[in-house]
Amino acid sequence: MTSPPVVRKAVARVVTLGPGFGFLTVFLLVPLALVLSYTVFRRGRFGGIVYQPTGENFTRLADPLYLDVVAGSVKIAALTTVLALLLGYPTAYMIARLPGRWRVIALVAVVLPFWTNFLIRTYAWIVLLNSQGPVNSALKALGLGPVELLYTDGAIVAGLLYAYLPLMILPLYSAIERLDPQLREASANLGARPARTFWSVTLPLSLPGVLTGCVFVFVPSLGNFVIPELLGGGRRIMVGNLIRDQFLKARDYPFGSVLALAVIAVLVLLLFAQAWASRRAGRDAS
Amino acid sequence: MRRKSTAGNGWLRLPFWLTYLFLYAPIAVLVVMSFNRNKSPYSWGGFSLDWYGRLAGNSDIRTGLVNTLIVAFGSTALSTILGTLLAIGLARHTRSKLLDALATLPAILPDLVLAIGLLVFYSAIKMTLGLHSVLIAHTVFGMAFVAAVVRARLGHVDTSLEEASRDLGATPFTTFTKVTLPTLAPGIVAGALLAFTLSLDEFVIAFFTAAPSQPTLPIVIYSMVRFGVTPEINALATLLLAVSFTVVIAAQRLTKLTEAL
Repeated sequence: MTSPPVVRKAVARVVTLGPGFGFLTVFLLVPLALVLSYTVFRRGRFGGIVYQPTGENFTRLADPLYLDVVAGSVKIAALTTVLALLLGYPTAYMIARLPGRWRVIALVAVVLPFWTNFLIRTYAWIVLLNSQGPVNSALKALGLGPVELLYTDGAIVAGLLYAYLPLMILPLYSAIERLDPQLREASANLGARPARTFWSVTLPLSLPGVLTGCVFVFVPSLGNFVIPELLGGGRRIMVGNLIRDQFLKARDYPFGSVLALAVIAVLVLLLFAQAWASRRAGRDAS
Repeated sequence: MRRKSTAGNGWLRLPFWLTYLFLYAPIAVLVVMSFNRNKSPYSWGGFSLDWYGRLAGNSDIRTGLVNTLIVAFGSTALSTILGTLLAIGLARHTRSKLLDALATLPAILPDLVLAIGLLVFYSAIKMTLGLHSVLIAHTVFGMAFVAAVVRARLGHVDTSLEEASRDLGATPFTTFTKVTLPTLAPGIVAGALLAFTLSLDEFVIAFFTAAPSQPTLPIVIYSMVRFGVTPEINALATLLLAVSFTVVIAAQRLTKLTEAL
């Protein structure tokens, strides 16, 4: 190897970074740029694109029909997120205080269902909530049923919660686990009751984890089209269904692209909020 | 003090156990139902393996499984090579934050956005859809996960071994294959397993980028589930659960084992 170090470095850079970023440029950046550019063009009569600039794809978003879809989706995704937080925070808190071995087992047990097929997990809820299913049989035995459980908003929320709960618990766990136990002890030594310690020490310091978990649950809930279809019976149309239909049924690529852009905008906004909160929490802790 | 603070957490046990009940009760119901002789999935008619036999004879599921395995093995191989190189390049040969962000983008981008992006791209370049289009799509996110896992491993690697190899006159290629790769092996294996399981289960992107004549297994399951409850799905679910659980636990063991070495 007689080549000078500068050349060798350049070769190493190209060999390691070249293939990956080449691939990502073609199959990620170009497709995303294409979607972005479609937002300002007209749709062709039989699908496809007519390269005439227009703003009407954006103004269509203001149509009450679509505003209703957005409002309904936000409501369901927000409800899912709140329930995930209420169930996930105490769980993550308990896991973080388990002794080492049990902690690993508890964490693996949280992640395990997540590694099973998403459609199977959704199907399990069709079986559970069916009019003759186990939940309704139990309600009938108690003289309370049968109640229509499947094909309701409640079924959608249950399915989304089941799909994304681990994504809430994991960031919460890592935020709570990182907290210095001395802070809690100091608070207790200064005479604070456990509840007071929780509200003024533990919770504020784990806020970045809370926000990360909320983003991880809220954004995919908004974009999911399978659960509203299978558990909601197609009665409730969410943003994900709308996007899917624009691309696979109506073939309106421009309007579909605008909707996708809106989902990305929500994601970016929430990630910025999360970054801001974790910087603040970092300052408070030091 | 410490005893007092744990005693105050007694009420936390309820949501804790509720979470695990919520996570496992639906799975348990599916597994029990898969051994049910009755055709109606809601009443117990005795133990039977009928549905597993029925499942073995279902040609749609067989084709779907073969397609899924082709895509998963292909995209894992590609993701592992590209992702590992990317991780090394990002850790050693650049300081660009932009490239860093680009490498993690596929992992945080909503699957639906990646799906429509690739659909639009494939139709713009008039590429016919098939297993190759799903394979490429799965490589886009698989690569990001491999790169992230390998980079985490690179953080713990001692660079002095590589320096020693170079000082002793080894070529960069020899140093790479004899020193860098073996030390990164646990990270690479973990990343590959992650990419493989993600590809096996992936539905949304495959739904948008697969040809209707060549569905992957999740697409086959989707069309079965849409027609309502069929006990065959319970049997399939139980088998897939067994596979996923085995892989996850094996991966857990494997990473522990290789880290001990």
